[in-house]
Amino acid sequence: MFLDILLVLDSTLRISAPLILACLAGLFAERSGVFDIGLEGKMLAAAFAAAATAAVTGSAWLGLVAALGASVFLAMVHGFACITQRGNQIVSGVAINFIAAGATALLGQAWFGQGGRTPSLSGAAKFQDIRLPGAESLAQLPVAGPIWAELISGHKLLVYLAFLAAPASWWVLHRTRFGMRLRAVGENPAAVDTAGISVAWLRYRALIVCGLLCGLSGAYLSTAQGAGFIPNMSAGKGFIALAALIFAKWRPIQALLACLLFGFLDAVAIRLQGFDWFGLGELPSQAVQALPYLLTVILLAGFIGRAVAPRAGGVPYVKER
Amino acid sequence: MTPLPRWVEYGLMPVLNLALAFLLAGLVVLLIGESPLEAVRHIIYGAFGYGEGIGFTLYYSTNFILTGLAVAVAFHAAQFNIGAEGQAYLGGLGAGLACLALDRHLPWWAILPFAMLGAMVFGMVWGAIPGWLQARRGAHVVITTIMFNFLAASLMGYLIVNHLKVPGNASVQSRTFEPGARLPKLEETMRLLGLDIGGAPLNITFPIALLACLAVWILIWRSKLGYEIRVFGANPTAARYAGIRGVRITVTVMAISGALAGLMAVNPVMGEQNRIFLDIPGGAGFVGIAVALMGRAHPLGIVLAALLFGVLYQGGAELAFEMPSITRDMVVLIQGLAILFAGAMEQLFRPALLQLFAPRGPGRAG
Repeated sequence: MFLDILLVLDSTLRISAPLILACLAGLFAERSGVFDIGLEGKMLAAAFAAAATAAVTGSAWLGLVAALGASVFLAMVHGFACITQRGNQIVSGVAINFIAAGATALLGQAWFGQGGRTPSLSGAAKFQDIRLPGAESLAQLPVAGPIWAELISGHKLLVYLAFLAAPASWWVLHRTRFGMRLRAVGENPAAVDTAGISVAWLRYRALIVCGLLCGLSGAYLSTAQGAGFIPNMSAGKGFIALAALIFAKWRPIQALLACLLFGFLDAVAIRLQGFDWFGLGELPSQAVQALPYLLTVILLAGFIGRAVAPRAGGVPYVKER
Repeated sequence: MTPLPRWVEYGLMPVLNLALAFLLAGLVVLLIGESPLEAVRHIIYGAFGYGEGIGFTLYYSTNFILTGLAVAVAFHAAQFNIGAEGQAYLGGLGAGLACLALDRHLPWWAILPFAMLGAMVFGMVWGAIPGWLQARRGAHVVITTIMFNFLAASLMGYLIVNHLKVPGNASVQSRTFEPGARLPKLEETMRLLGLDIGGAPLNITFPIALLACLAVWILIWRSKLGYEIRVFGANPTAARYAGIRGVRITVTVMAISGALAGLMAVNPVMGEQNRIFLDIPGGAGFVGIAVALMGRAHPLGIVLAALLFGVLYQGGAELAFEMPSITRDMVVLIQGLAILFAGAMEQLFRPALLQLFAPRGPGRAG
């Protein structure tokens, strides 16, 4: 039983990691006043760029660089459309999701000829598990031993990075000049403009951070969690991250917790398949899958707490004349 | 905003935006190592070259007209309905249940009204709930409709797997409707035009979709409700002072939008597959976003944009057959580029066009 719980928690960490990175990506964009429903597309593009580059060069690290590049490029397209062109941010996000979904499957098939997949990755083309010191020797200890050896040790680098990214984001947003200005520009861009700070440049920088984080998230999917790219492998994770962002009310530490909750639900759903609930029959897996979306709708509707978006979100800034 | 001549605003600018999208798609084809012109030739031939191709083109266009109308109606009240996909999926349930209940007792023409009603009511519910949540509870309709797409997928997956599936049959779908309940193809009508549509599932939903265009045009531009919708969309505050109730408009508009999206499902459920199956809309709800943006939320524009996407869908299949390195994902890419340039960056050419066409004279300072 204890080991079962440990295994569920272990897969919770694996499932949550890309959600956390994407959720924080959305957090930077939206706290600066740019809605981004294109997280999904950026993750997908990054996952493809990482796997394709790693497959050709044999290096997961070069794959990561390509992932960051692809994701930041799409973030800049979003920035150009929403900040410079003052276009509709939702429309731009929708467009980026389709461009990524179409382009990755198309190029994947054209370049590798395996139905849009990239070749299977192994060795240095893939991020390996990191065994933390003492994982073997401490494993015999009761309770703490298995927790250290099974749960905390043995993850990919990007998992640890994801869990560090949340407190780091909090620090950046609340303790640095860039972060405080970024939050200000999401609430009252006119005031920031009056102080002589460029609203556009701040928002572009927020989107660069957003692109980098989505890049990490996508690279994790194809070169750490999986071993290669599969068409549409992000499978709605970008939207789950968006839901988690609302659930966390646009705050970094809460974002971490929301992603852990959604990851946990997913992990439990996989374990509970075929489990009979005290003779009442089994809980349909679709019900558990739907829970993150349902919870978000209920939260948004204000039935449990209130989710208030950054005030300037979604509105292009027009300098006073 | 400085006015441009109407033909530039509604003609030249959308065409330029679209041309840019196709130019970029052409570059991707070059990148893959194929000839873009050759690709266009295959698409055109696949879509128009023979009767069956035309039949399929119009069949796909039917879906896109209805989902495009759905998104467009919401646009007029400044609501962004990304949930047409989920609404159409639920609509498929409504249409399918009507057929499953009646197909052993009635002919298709007697079932059709019930199927349409079922599709529209189910889609309407799936649209009206996010509308109500937006109007009453302040939950942003964009986010809730995205969530409702996923909820629809989960719900339909559950219903089909656990309740509608034929026991002992491996395929995840309901039983097939009796032959008498299937919508007849427009074979005879098309033969009058000298076309043999062969196996294409073009059916009576196509003229119904065209009638829906007319109905939406009357609703938006010729009715009191449509006037209120447009006022509310242009300026909700002014609308309130004019005595227009925002909650009522938002919920009504999302309900109509959902009903139109739901109606789309009659086409594949009763006209092609003749059963309830997984992923009924097959992405048509999302194509509707591109169609509504390109068609500038006007029924005439929507018909043209839906035809374009029908051509791309059917021609894309031909293209994938002739050039195996270019899959149908090309259409998704073009769809994304069209949304980007015709939607998010629609003002891209305005400064240049202003230089060329803006009226000059003493009235305009600077």
